[in-house]
Amino acid sequence: MSRAALLVLADGRFPAGGHAHSGGAEAAVKAGRITSAASLEDFCRGRLHTAGLVAGALAAAAALGVEPRELDAAADARTPSPALRGAARRLGRQLMRAARASWPSAELDALAGEFPKGAHQPVVLGVAARAAGLGPADAAYCAAYESVSGPATATVRLLSLDPFDATGVLARLAPELDRVADAAVEAARRVLDEGVDALPAASGPVLEIGAEWHAAWPVRLFAS
Amino acid sequence: MHLDHTHHGPAAVSADAHRPDGTRRALRIGLGGPVGSGKTATVAALCRALRDELSLAVVTNDIYTREDAEFLLREAVLPPERITAVETGACPHTAIRDDISANLEAVEDLEDEVGPLDLILVESGGDNLTATFSKGLVDAQIFVIDVAGGDDIPRKGGPGVTTADLLVVNKTDLAPYVGSDLARMAADAKAQRAELPVVFQSLRAEPGVTDVAAWVRGRLTAWAA
Repeated sequence: MSRAALLVLADGRFPAGGHAHSGGAEAAVKAGRITSAASLEDFCRGRLHTAGLVAGALAAAAALGVEPRELDAAADARTPSPALRGAARRLGRQLMRAARASWPSAELDALAGEFPKGAHQPVVLGVAARAAGLGPADAAYCAAYESVSGPATATVRLLSLDPFDATGVLARLAPELDRVADAAVEAARRVLDEGVDALPAASGPVLEIGAEWHAAWPVRLFAS
Repeated sequence: MHLDHTHHGPAAVSADAHRPDGTRRALRIGLGGPVGSGKTATVAALCRALRDELSLAVVTNDIYTREDAEFLLREAVLPPERITAVETGACPHTAIRDDISANLEAVEDLEDEVGPLDLILVESGGDNLTATFSKGLVDAQIFVIDVAGGDDIPRKGGPGVTTADLLVVNKTDLAPYVGSDLARMAADAKAQRAELPVVFQSLRAEPGVTDVAAWVRGRLTAWAA
C-alpha cells in the first residue's frame, strides 16, 4: 500500500464531516478564551495534549488491530460529556462512509455493522488507516493533527482571524505533535499486552464543560 | 455510482439507488438558492401539495440556527419526525456539495425511522449563486431565485441558474413593485439554460406551487419507472 494514502486520509477536504465541527473552539471563542492567534495556540496546545493524545492512542491501537469494541468502550470512559460522545460517534459514522468508499475492507464493513450509528471517530480512523495499509504512527498523527487543525480552521471563520496566523499556529505546534504522536503509539503498543487500561486518560475539563454548554445553544455555527 | 461492494451491512454509499435491504430508496430533490428567495416557503408549499399522495420528508441545512426546520414545524406541513435539521459549520455549500456525509446520514435515518418514503426534499441553507448539490446527495435539484433579488440574476448565470434541473423564479407578484422585467428574466434564463425548464411562481396567489409540484411528480414517475 502507498504511504501517500496518509495524505488522502489526513487531508482537511477528506469528506468525513469535520468541517461542521469546531473542536470546542466556538464555545471557547464565545467564552472569551480564544480572542487571537496567541490564545488560539494556547487552546490548541491544551487540546493536543489532552483530547489529541487520547484520540491518537485510540487510533494507533485500532491501527494495530486491537478489538474496536473494547477501544470504543475505552473512548466512552474517557469522554465524560454526552454531547462530545455524540459528536464523536456522528463523526465516526461519517468517516466510516468515506473510508469504506476509499479503502473497501472487511474490517471496516464489520465495524460499520457493529456500530450502525457510529463508533468513536478515532477508533474508526485507526481501522481506516489499517484498511489503507497505514500503520499506528500514521493513525496517531492523523488524530493528533485533527485535534488542532479543526479548531484552527473554525477560528478563522468565527473570529475572521487572519488565516496565515492560524496556519502559523499549527506549524509552531508541529514539534509537539511529533511528541504526542510518539507517546500515543507507545501507549497503543502497551495495549497489546496490558489491555485498554494502558491508554492515556488525559482530559480537559473545560472542553467537556464547554461542549455541554455549546450543545444547549439555540444559535450556533458549528455542530460541536 | 456503485462503490459499495458488499451489499450488506448499513449505509449504502452516496447515490446508490437501492437501500442495503435491496429496496429502492426515496427520490431526493435538492432546493438551493440565495437567502430569502423563498426556498423554505416553496418546500412548505410542496409538502402541502404532495403530502396526501406521497410519503415524504424534509432535510434542512440551516446556516446557524434551526430556523428553517422550526418554520416548517410551526407551519405543521409535516409531522415533526419527518423533518431533520443538519448543522453546516458556517459553510452550507460544503454540506451539500463537497462533504455530503451529514446530509446522507440525515436522509438515511429518515428512511430508517419514518420510511418507506417516496420523496425527500433537501433544502440548502441560503447561499450564493455558485452553490449546487452533489449528485451523490440528490437525484435532481431546483434552484430558487426571486424577482426582488434583481432581474439580472438569470443573465449573470452561475452553476445554480445554469445547471439546475429546474429554475424557479419566485415572488412574481412583487415584480411591478421592484421594477423587475419578467419577460427579460425569461429570455435570459432561456439563453442560459437552453431546454432546461423554468417556472415563474408566486406563492401568494393561485396557482401557487402547482407547476413545481407537477415537475416533482414527473421526476417521481421517472424515478419509479
